[in-house]
Amino acid sequence: MISLIPLFPLIGFLINGTWYALGQSRPGARKASAGLTGGIATLAIFASFLVSLQLFLQLHGMPEDGRVIEQMMFSWMKVGDFNLQMGFRLDSLNTLFTLVITGVGTLIHLYSVGYMGHDETPGKFFSYLNLFCFAMLMLVLGSSLPILFLGWEGVGLCSYLLIGYWYADTEKASAGKKAFIANRVGDLGFLLGMFLIYTTFGTLDFAQLKEVVMAGGHGALPHGVALGTITTICVLLFVGCTGKSAQIPLFVWLPDAMAGPTPVSALIHAATMVTSGIYMVTRLNFLYSLSPDALGLVAGIGAATALFAATIALVQTDIKKVLAYSTVSQLGYMFLGCGVGAYTAGVFHVITHAFFKALLFLGAGSVIHGMHEEQNILKMGGLRSRMPRTFLVFAIGWLAICGIPPFSGFFSKDEILWTAFSSPHGSTVLWAVGAVTAVMTAFYMTRLFSLTFLGQPRFQEAHGHDDHHGHGHGHGHGIHVHESPWIMVAPLGVLAVLSAAGGFMGVPHLSWLEHWLEPVVGAHHGIAEGVSPSLEWVLMGVSVVGAVVGITFALKLYSNLKNAEKLAQSGSGLHKLLVNKWYVDELYEAIFVKPIHALSKGLWKGFDVAVIDRFVVGFGRISQATGQAVRTIQTGSIQVYAFVLGLGLVATVGYLIYGLAR
Amino acid sequence: MAWLDNHLLTAVVFLPLLWALVGLLVPGGDKSAGARKAWTLLGSFATFGLSFLLYDRFQAGGAEFQLMEKAPWIEAMGISYSLGVDGISLWLMLLTTFLTPIVILASFTAVEERQKEYYFLLLALETAMLGAFVATDVFLFYVFWEAMLIPMYFLVGIWGGKDRIYAAMKFFLYTLVGSLLMLVAIFYLAYQHKLQFGTYSTALVDLYNLRLPGEGWLSVQAILFLAFSLAFAIKVPLFPLHTWLPDAHVQAPTAGSVILAGVLLKMGGYGFIRLAFPLFPQAVAQYQVAFMILAAIAIVYGAWVATVQPDIKKLVAYSSVSHMGYVVLGLFSLNAIGATGAIYQMLNHGISTGGLFLLVGMIYERRHTREIKDFGGITKVMPLFAVAFMIVTLSSVALPGTNGFVGEFLILLGAWKTSPGLAAISALGVIFGAVYMLWMFQRVMFGPLDKEENKKLKDLSFREVLVLLPLIVAIFAMGVAPNFFFRKMESSVDSFLRRAQRAAVVTPVAANTIEGKN
Repeated sequence: MISLIPLFPLIGFLINGTWYALGQSRPGARKASAGLTGGIATLAIFASFLVSLQLFLQLHGMPEDGRVIEQMMFSWMKVGDFNLQMGFRLDSLNTLFTLVITGVGTLIHLYSVGYMGHDETPGKFFSYLNLFCFAMLMLVLGSSLPILFLGWEGVGLCSYLLIGYWYADTEKASAGKKAFIANRVGDLGFLLGMFLIYTTFGTLDFAQLKEVVMAGGHGALPHGVALGTITTICVLLFVGCTGKSAQIPLFVWLPDAMAGPTPVSALIHAATMVTSGIYMVTRLNFLYSLSPDALGLVAGIGAATALFAATIALVQTDIKKVLAYSTVSQLGYMFLGCGVGAYTAGVFHVITHAFFKALLFLGAGSVIHGMHEEQNILKMGGLRSRMPRTFLVFAIGWLAICGIPPFSGFFSKDEILWTAFSSPHGSTVLWAVGAVTAVMTAFYMTRLFSLTFLGQPRFQEAHGHDDHHGHGHGHGHGIHVHESPWIMVAPLGVLAVLSAAGGFMGVPHLSWLEHWLEPVVGAHHGIAEGVSPSLEWVLMGVSVVGAVVGITFALKLYSNLKNAEKLAQSGSGLHKLLVNKWYVDELYEAIFVKPIHALSKGLWKGFDVAVIDRFVVGFGRISQATGQAVRTIQTGSIQVYAFVLGLGLVATVGYLIYGLAR
Repeated sequence: MAWLDNHLLTAVVFLPLLWALVGLLVPGGDKSAGARKAWTLLGSFATFGLSFLLYDRFQAGGAEFQLMEKAPWIEAMGISYSLGVDGISLWLMLLTTFLTPIVILASFTAVEERQKEYYFLLLALETAMLGAFVATDVFLFYVFWEAMLIPMYFLVGIWGGKDRIYAAMKFFLYTLVGSLLMLVAIFYLAYQHKLQFGTYSTALVDLYNLRLPGEGWLSVQAILFLAFSLAFAIKVPLFPLHTWLPDAHVQAPTAGSVILAGVLLKMGGYGFIRLAFPLFPQAVAQYQVAFMILAAIAIVYGAWVATVQPDIKKLVAYSSVSHMGYVVLGLFSLNAIGATGAIYQMLNHGISTGGLFLLVGMIYERRHTREIKDFGGITKVMPLFAVAFMIVTLSSVALPGTNGFVGEFLILLGAWKTSPGLAAISALGVIFGAVYMLWMFQRVMFGPLDKEENKKLKDLSFREVLVLLPLIVAIFAMGVAPNFFFRKMESSVDSFLRRAQRAAVVTPVAANTIEGKN
């Protein structure tokens, strides 16, 4: 039954993919419409949502300590003792992921039917989208690391294909390639981590691995395994996470990934794929929890990324770029949660973030759609009255990410901040970084919200009634802003409800989620010595006040753009640094890309051609010189030449045979 | 039928040559071109069909060499015409008979001159390649090995590009130097057999029993091992002996490149497996690390140099250096995982690099250029080509689900068990492999369609789809169900390792390996 979950999107992919290919082979064929191809794709993912729901309910009805459904299908690779089963295992952790992937996935597919309505090759788009869902579901359902890796690289491929979906634009194609390669750097770590796990524990299956690792009892090292080995494993695997989940130092691909169609940004680069790293760390929590150093690294990188990305988000002017950096920052929060041992908090934020960030991205897509592909928030403003429904749902997403109670983001973010402070692995510094990031988040999201929806329009509006055929933008008489069609707004409504209410699954002290995840991540870690439980309420108050301050400040500042410009000028050095994203891309270009490129060229011209070939050719010359002596047979014709050579060879061999035979 | 039952290997090996000889009866000239193509294609299909019979007869876990044939040849030297197939050569034979019809079909429009000779040579080449895979007499192996050289030399030299003479000579020189040393080593082995057992022999099973001094870096074993290895390393080709490959590939006609990459390079890996490893186990242990280092260099170096190539075909050629480096790495890991991965990688490389050369050939036929900068945005006019190109590219970058992943994963895991450090360095190929392939793909297929000459390119024809489809099916089948291929390979890999590790107890390096294997 589990296999049906990834099977449906795979079938959807095959139908749309084959249809697309066949359509290409007959140039005159009628183009497939977005409605039909999108309908097939949406049905496929919706079917898998229903199966996911059914299985979730089935798990729910099972006794707490036995909530596992397993399905082993066939042996994928078997060499000697190494036997890799292709199988799925559903438990209380990944059932949540399947619900989010297929649930949010269905909404985004539906939205795409409207969004991609005018696309030339909707069949291709929807087949990729289904393929992505297939790979993502393989990733979370796989019973062993290599199957997770199969999904892991599979989602990377789909991300590559969809970022570069509008391939004719070199910049977009480059963004896709950058994503793939940055992810490959991470995957190298993942691969090596897997190898070390296999040589250390002799298995790559999650259940068996857990058994072997936990054999020594809770919190004890398995027999004969050094702590250093475990730390190395965790760090190597985490390198993979920094690629896929866009953390320092490999986050650089995610902002560029916004080149893809907006529904892709919502599904892949916000709600699902980028949270794979959190899934893996949580899945292997029994390993990470053994190594304080590894946990420290995860928490440290998470906190640093959260803050770093937030600083960049403060000054970006592309609506999708702001959201992208915000995603990087929020993913940092999730790792911060995992890194202090609060895996539940990390997963909780994965879920709420999937709701509100998908909402924000799709809302942004609606704005971009309505503004005829304009993405610069400085050229927006006043959309509140022109796109009222989008405004409403976007507002909910905005409040959720800012952490205003009782919206969902508040609960999950607060859980992370509290555990960052109180957990035995936590510290005041980690909390402080998280809290400062929260204030900055409130600020830049409010800036985005204000510049987009509030105030007066900063673009030239088209007047008159050219109805909504106004897609011929750029006619010189402004743009005709329009609200998006229902097929796009309806999914936004559902996501808005989830963003508003989704937090209640994890209300502090009454958390359903914490209880649900206990079989996988173990009981709550409790709080470190010397931390007063009552502080929880104080810190909660601090973070809410912080959010309100951030919002108020941004609202005031951006009510008049001139003030904001003045502020930017007063700190022009810093402002420039942030606008240029701390020059990280330039730095990587200078220390990795260019030197390796130059080295490669040098090796080719300087070694292959100049050294080896010169030697070989020199050797040939000697033979040729000998040939000069018998110049008469040199006719210059290659055929004769070759023929004589061949003949000579045969003669030599023949002579040897003859000579030996005597 | 009784004859066929007893001489199945001979039948498979010589069917193409026989077919080619009969084909010579078809008169030359354009009028009979269609008949000649059909006849040749039919011959390659017949061989493919016959090799399936071979697959069917071969029993997994049975005798080491099966379907053996033996006839006296040069008795005084103990040389015999003896054939036998094991689980490793079985798959390499199937790869050969699988690729040959594909390249013949791909040649229909590409080759217009001297078709009679061309198709004759292709089939003759097939016989030589198949023969080398099933020879169980070292001297017979050598004869087939050298015989391969001749048709390939002509294929490059006559139907090649503008620097074909230089490339063909370089190819010839390189290979000849290697194989001459091998020949000397073979005679020495036959002589040793006389000393130790009283008679000359070049039969593999006899030579496996030889006891040769193997202590030290320059022992008898080591010198013989290096003599064989030179020949095989050139063929693979292993860094730094690879520079003939880019030239030969670029100048060769498409079919030549596909066969060269698909099968001829495999001769190097196969030679290591069949001869160098089992004959000189102590030397293998001695030089294990050195070869693994060279392999790691080849993987990274090949990928780097591939990145900066302006010519697509040259890029693919350097990618071969990188991919074949994995094969050497896996073999010298000296464990079942690495060796199985290496053999699998040989098959993969035949499929994916063969596919890449076919694809390059297809756009070359349309545009008469292979310079990356002459393209851009081709997806727009050739969407089907783009799909096929993408799939083969993914196989080349070893995406899980494709054949490439299975090979690379097992090789790196096997290497990790022997030497984590070298495995980690080699694994850099995972990154750089994606860099050169995706960058090339982007510059050729993506971006604006801004060159006038490219705007009218036609998408794949039906025949071209037929050429590519079997490869694409193989890419996924081998990625999803590798066990199907491992099944008939397993016991042969075991016996290979048993032989190659005979010395393991003696030297410390190999002692590690034994431990690592468990």
